[in-house]
Amino acid sequence: MTDNRSSSNLIWYDPDAKKDSLLQICGLYKNFKKLSVLKGVSCNIKKGEKVVILGPSGSGKSTCLRCMNLLETPTYGEIWFEGKLLTPVDPYLHAEIIRKSKTYQTLAAKNNGKNDFEILKEIKENDLLKLHGEGGDYKKAIKEFYKNNAKNVNLARQKIGMVFQHFNLFNNYTVLGNLTLAPVELKLKTKAEAEKKAMELLRRIGLEDKAQVYPSTLSGGQKQRVAIVRSLMMDPDVMLFDEPTSALDPEMVGEVLDLIRELADEGMTVVIVTHEMGFAREVADRVLFMDGGVIAEEGNPKELFANPKNPRTKEFLSKVL
Amino acid sequence: MDNFFEKFYEAVIIQDRWKWYLSGLGKTLLISLGAIAIGVFLGILVALITYINKKFGKFKILRQICNVYLAIFRGTPVYVQLLIMYLIVLVNSPTLWTAILTFGINSGAYVAEIIRSGLESVDGGQLEAGSALGLNRFKVMIRIVLPQGFRVALPPLCNEFIALIKETSIVGTIGEVDLTKVAARIVARTYEPFVPYIMIALMYLVIVIVLTKLLKLLERRLARSDR
Repeated sequence: MTDNRSSSNLIWYDPDAKKDSLLQICGLYKNFKKLSVLKGVSCNIKKGEKVVILGPSGSGKSTCLRCMNLLETPTYGEIWFEGKLLTPVDPYLHAEIIRKSKTYQTLAAKNNGKNDFEILKEIKENDLLKLHGEGGDYKKAIKEFYKNNAKNVNLARQKIGMVFQHFNLFNNYTVLGNLTLAPVELKLKTKAEAEKKAMELLRRIGLEDKAQVYPSTLSGGQKQRVAIVRSLMMDPDVMLFDEPTSALDPEMVGEVLDLIRELADEGMTVVIVTHEMGFAREVADRVLFMDGGVIAEEGNPKELFANPKNPRTKEFLSKVL
Repeated sequence: MDNFFEKFYEAVIIQDRWKWYLSGLGKTLLISLGAIAIGVFLGILVALITYINKKFGKFKILRQICNVYLAIFRGTPVYVQLLIMYLIVLVNSPTLWTAILTFGINSGAYVAEIIRSGLESVDGGQLEAGSALGLNRFKVMIRIVLPQGFRVALPPLCNEFIALIKETSIVGTIGEVDLTKVAARIVARTYEPFVPYIMIALMYLVIVIVLTKLLKLLERRLARSDR
């Protein structure tokens, strides 16, 4: 495997940022076969922050969001959630494991002006671990890591809510069944507890009378609101919204946005990929503008909308606003 | 008319021949049900392996074995398979078992492809939504993909079961006395083919109609989630 990354746009995991950071994305690359969709995305999402990702279609914003809960496995790069590494070790570098080796630690201590990535690359390319007799441990560690990783990812996903463009309610369950399935299956709640909470949430969105019907009888807006409370059943620490209103009739967009706004106001950390500019401006603490697989510009929504600096951002905003 | 009653008497009543039909019917049902059970079990197993291999890239070697199995049992006539099993593979086992096993394994190949196509018809978003909630692959398969895929697979499965029941009429070749063989034996004594063959044809028809009704009932129950 060739490593075509430039080290300049890599920001590796920064343990000091752990305290207020919920989700860290470090040097994310994603290739679909030969098509490279993400080309080095790094960002740090803090607790309680509302982040909106904008960008033209094909810019990689949905892929980026889907990488955050590992629905897409990044080709390179790391994703940290609440201080835990979620990505299966960087398939080329195995950075997390190399970092634990003595070789890395001695090299990092010397640190001849090299950054983390360069040290890792040097170790990998010169096979220093094998030279220093740590090759066996390295192989064992990788095996162990992959085994634990699947479990970690599933645990993390319980705390990362995800809302899809096409709702993806389970067709073979009633609305109530959709809400209670995961918490009961994962033994987080008893059936009675889960149903009580589900009814509370359904009351909140005004759909308690729909508890026993199947999703196919709901309208798009109702489906999406049920999908949102389905994620809420898990008491997530962060919610990811992947174009939540793009598949809705215009008159149903409002009810869904209202619910998302409500959640945001309650202090939920949210990451939203959307084309609703007005909503983005109103809700976001920070806007990321993605283009061509990288974050072209980021900043506070007022500034970014009023005077964008990047020419691509300017062009995009002039078309959509 | 007297002639017909005479034929009927000869074909059914004399020497308690109606008991032959009953025992033949029992054999046909036993072989069919046994084969369906084996076929469904094998089919689900093979379909899951194929589906999981495609979606998650696991079970590479098992997948190859399944491919060989599908190729062989769908690529050769069940009649030949029956003869090979009876004369070469399972020489010393009772013919009933040979019959059940052969039809079961043969049907399993078809059931596997039917269920696989059912599973593949389930929208990928369903799987993603399940994974995004933290359910592991096993639970997503059992709770979400399998029930939905099974619903889609049910009508073609019904078809396959009907075909299987009728195919069992060739077990006479290996000396198993099923419904068809009973009729053939009676005709061999009376030289009057009309009554015995029309009678067993009606019996097959009734079995198939009952089975179809049962599966329609199940289908309707599973279709509750439709609008």
